[in-house]
Amino acid sequence: MSDIADRVKKIVVEHLGVEEDKVTESASFIDDLGADSLDTVELVMAFEEEFGIEIPDDAAENIQTVGDAVKFISEAA
Amino acid sequence: MFKLSGKCALVTGASGGIGAEIARALHAGGAVVALSGTRVEPLEALAAELGEGAHVCPANLSDPDSVEALPKAALAAMGGLDILVNNAGITRDQLMMRMSDEDWQTVIDVNLTAAFRLMRGVMRPMMKARWGRIINITSIVGQTGNPGQVNYAAAKAGLVGASKSLAQEVASRGVTVNCVAPGFIQTAMTDKLSDDQKAALMGNIPVGRMGTPEEIAAAVRYLASPEAGYVTGAVLHVNGGMTMV
Repeated sequence: MSDIADRVKKIVVEHLGVEEDKVTESASFIDDLGADSLDTVELVMAFEEEFGIEIPDDAAENIQTVGDAVKFISEAA
Repeated sequence: MFKLSGKCALVTGASGGIGAEIARALHAGGAVVALSGTRVEPLEALAAELGEGAHVCPANLSDPDSVEALPKAALAAMGGLDILVNNAGITRDQLMMRMSDEDWQTVIDVNLTAAFRLMRGVMRPMMKARWGRIINITSIVGQTGNPGQVNYAAAKAGLVGASKSLAQEVASRGVTVNCVAPGFIQTAMTDKLSDDQKAALMGNIPVGRMGTPEEIAAAVRYLASPEAGYVTGAVLHVNGGMTMV
């Protein structure tokens, strides 16, 4: 896993309090990891801070899985 | 009880009678305060009176850029932002048939839209801290209506609806959102009323007198306190029994 993927995974584990092995690339924050809509907003905020980037609202809406987040951040960072 | 040590509070309209008293009450409770308003002189006088732990953060709430910048300025000045008191408000009273679009829009912009933007602006630090208190100062007229105040009453009623909605969104993160709704309070605004007008008003107030800014400030301090953590989406009426809702 890339450095970005590791850091994303760490944030997701900490924020949602889920088992590390459940945080796979295809895992959906809401459907698989038990996040509610406010959690997804907070995750985006945490990604923005961790990686020093801005994630616009329309992009944030499309970040539904761990892989989506890694892909967006890799392209933006 | 109701200690606010270690908390940082932003109060808008702190140059006015009620706002200044709210700032005093929060500061007396141990909070660091950021005093906002358009007129810098009274803010600086209040900061000097309070001494340590009081910062002046001027802002013009009818200017969207100024509103967006305010939470950031307050956060930078205080090093935290745990309590927001949306107290600033203006009136442009006029019978509706004579009310201009501008009278309507200005009051909605300052009393409702600025409050919305400030609430949005303080959400991030409060959510991260898993603790926050938002207190919106509304008015009894938001509930009862008042001739000549179609714009003001709409803005205040709107603020109640916004507060209740946000309260539900962020309750799970330790952030509460409540309103304090003053009735007739002794301020520069009500000093302008004639004796006849005052006498007519008193007849409708069971307690038999106008309220004081201190009585509003005490309600705000309670809602800002850790002890009020189970109160959210509420409207605390402080009106001498004038309207019991």
